[in-house]
Amino acid sequence: MSGHDPIGTYQQIYAASFTADGALTATFIYATPLLFTGLGVAIAFRMHVWNIGGEGQLYMGAVGASATGIMLGDWPRPLLIIAMVVGGALAGMVWACIPALLRAYLRTNEILTSLMLNYVAGFFMYYLIFDSSSYWRDLTTPGATVFPTGKTLVANASWPGITIGSFTLPMGFLLGIGLAVGLLVLIRSTRYGFEMRVMGDSPQAANYSGINTKRKIVSVMAISGGIAGIAGSSQIGDFGHVLDPRGLQQAQYGYTGIVVAALALYNPLAVVLVSLLIGGLTNAGFALEGPSFPTGLVGTMEGIILFTVLGGEILARYRIGLRHRATAPAGVGATSGAGLPS
Amino acid sequence: MNSNIVLAVLVSAIAFGTPLVLAGLGELLAERSGVLNLGVEGMMLMGAVSAFCVSQKMHGSTAVVLLLAVLAALVAGAAMALIHAFLSITIRVNQIVSGLAITIFAGIIGLSSYLGQVWNIGGLAGRHQFNGIDLFGLQNLPIVGPLIFNQDAFVYASWVLVLVVFYYLYRTRPGLYLRAVGENPSAADAMGINVTAYRYSAHTRRRSARRARGCLLHPRPRPHLDRRPHRRGRLDRHRSGHLRVLAPRPARARGLPVRHLLRPRTDTPDSPDHRAPLGVLFGAAVPDDGHRAGSSVDKLGQPSRRDADIARHPLHA
Repeated sequence: MSGHDPIGTYQQIYAASFTADGALTATFIYATPLLFTGLGVAIAFRMHVWNIGGEGQLYMGAVGASATGIMLGDWPRPLLIIAMVVGGALAGMVWACIPALLRAYLRTNEILTSLMLNYVAGFFMYYLIFDSSSYWRDLTTPGATVFPTGKTLVANASWPGITIGSFTLPMGFLLGIGLAVGLLVLIRSTRYGFEMRVMGDSPQAANYSGINTKRKIVSVMAISGGIAGIAGSSQIGDFGHVLDPRGLQQAQYGYTGIVVAALALYNPLAVVLVSLLIGGLTNAGFALEGPSFPTGLVGTMEGIILFTVLGGEILARYRIGLRHRATAPAGVGATSGAGLPS
Repeated sequence: MNSNIVLAVLVSAIAFGTPLVLAGLGELLAERSGVLNLGVEGMMLMGAVSAFCVSQKMHGSTAVVLLLAVLAALVAGAAMALIHAFLSITIRVNQIVSGLAITIFAGIIGLSSYLGQVWNIGGLAGRHQFNGIDLFGLQNLPIVGPLIFNQDAFVYASWVLVLVVFYYLYRTRPGLYLRAVGENPSAADAMGINVTAYRYSAHTRRRSARRARGCLLHPRPRPHLDRRPHRRGRLDRHRSGHLRVLAPRPARARGLPVRHLLRPRTDTPDSPDHRAPLGVLFGAAVPDDGHRAGSSVDKLGQPSRRDADIARHPLHA
């Protein structure tokens, strides 16, 4: 419809996402944060706890992880990386607990509270770097006096990646896969997961069977927020090494994570695959951008994929049947004959 | 006195608050009928694109072109709304997800950006603009003069719209039905109100308000496209078009007419329309009396389950 050859365009997109030089690495770069935010959203939405604060929890996770990285910069590398993960997760958890507690104890709508807190977190992060001389801000290097930047973390704090040929797999992605497996085990095989599922399917049943719904809601949101916080710390550790408010805010990883989770139908392992898909699409969109490939096609395509998947849900839930008029059966004559009084 | 900086900020506050008012009204209508919409950003951008395209390509007097632009925005918005309504109401998908799908589809890297490039309207200054209207000739009153009597047509239209929506919701029968649909869809259905029809219509009307909001942002003077180098690629025009609404530079008190004091900064970092979800907040928080069982906020995001609800009703047991 746009006048471009569709097959050729798809081939271009596939190449740009996965087979071109450096494409796979770039795809994983985009996919890693989506994996985490998608997991966080998947586990929350499955329990009918609508946490759309993934964006804000990611920001706070990034803030927490960079603080940890700066403060503990002289620790040995493995400990430092663990500390960054924990720092990011804690920050995200705490941020998610605000809407969680409000929902559990005051019955407010967590959609609104978590959504609004995204903006609070965004402005807070912006404030740390641009509007104040905070601990996060770099005040010494000459470049930083011209344009506000955050402190760059020590080389020790950069997370290792596995290099296979020309392709580097970031540690964050492996961590995410491990997290996905862990979540699957949690949901399916533990008592905690069982109680979560009961609560998600029927809060009344959960109440009657003695499950403390309020604490469960808070803990589910906390887990979801913690995972999103790890997304933030992976951004700092794997890729940026510096707190970059503008970049994080423009990327919108949190909201895209919701899309990823929805496409994956809230299954943690599927989230891994879908995050690669969406990461690849996004990467292709930016890589191919030019006169013959408008950027707008990427979002449009993602949107159409999402629509069709969502629309397909109705097929999964209901059966579409064809109702045809039954032709008059041959027995009509017989019955009417039988109905006549003899 | 009229060129005081506080006054300048207040006047711009009203002007910049107008899109919020429109978005909030739209959201209010839809959420009162039980549909949560997170696709605001996408719909507004679509409205903006269509309005801007019309204002650039059409030739005619300013008033006519602007009117056509607003109409184009309304239509574009309603179209997006129909998609979302279809997904949320008929197919009963999770409304959060469908809303975000619309945002991605129609949003910054989506359809609106694509259409912007196809119609080739990026980076140019608007040809027709909404200028301040001097209402009743009272614009030189101290303090309230510029505040109330010198805004542009869109601002006044939004005020009128607030009254219209209030009247519609609370004083007319269709408005009552709309509220009923939102608060207790099964009861409304039992009464014979066509729940689906009301939700669809509320949805599309709300999108129209949103569109209007999107189109409001465009026919104003816009700075040149800000090409900040960034690892994610060029910012597209929408981003910089919306950057302009964020922070007027504080003006030096020099007796200039208040309008001219509102020159925007172009270096603010926020992504476009951060305020869009504020519209969601206003629209949804206003009717929020969440402690009452079955209030509209509790029902947000849930489809109307006609048969199941009615079957479970005690009278039917």
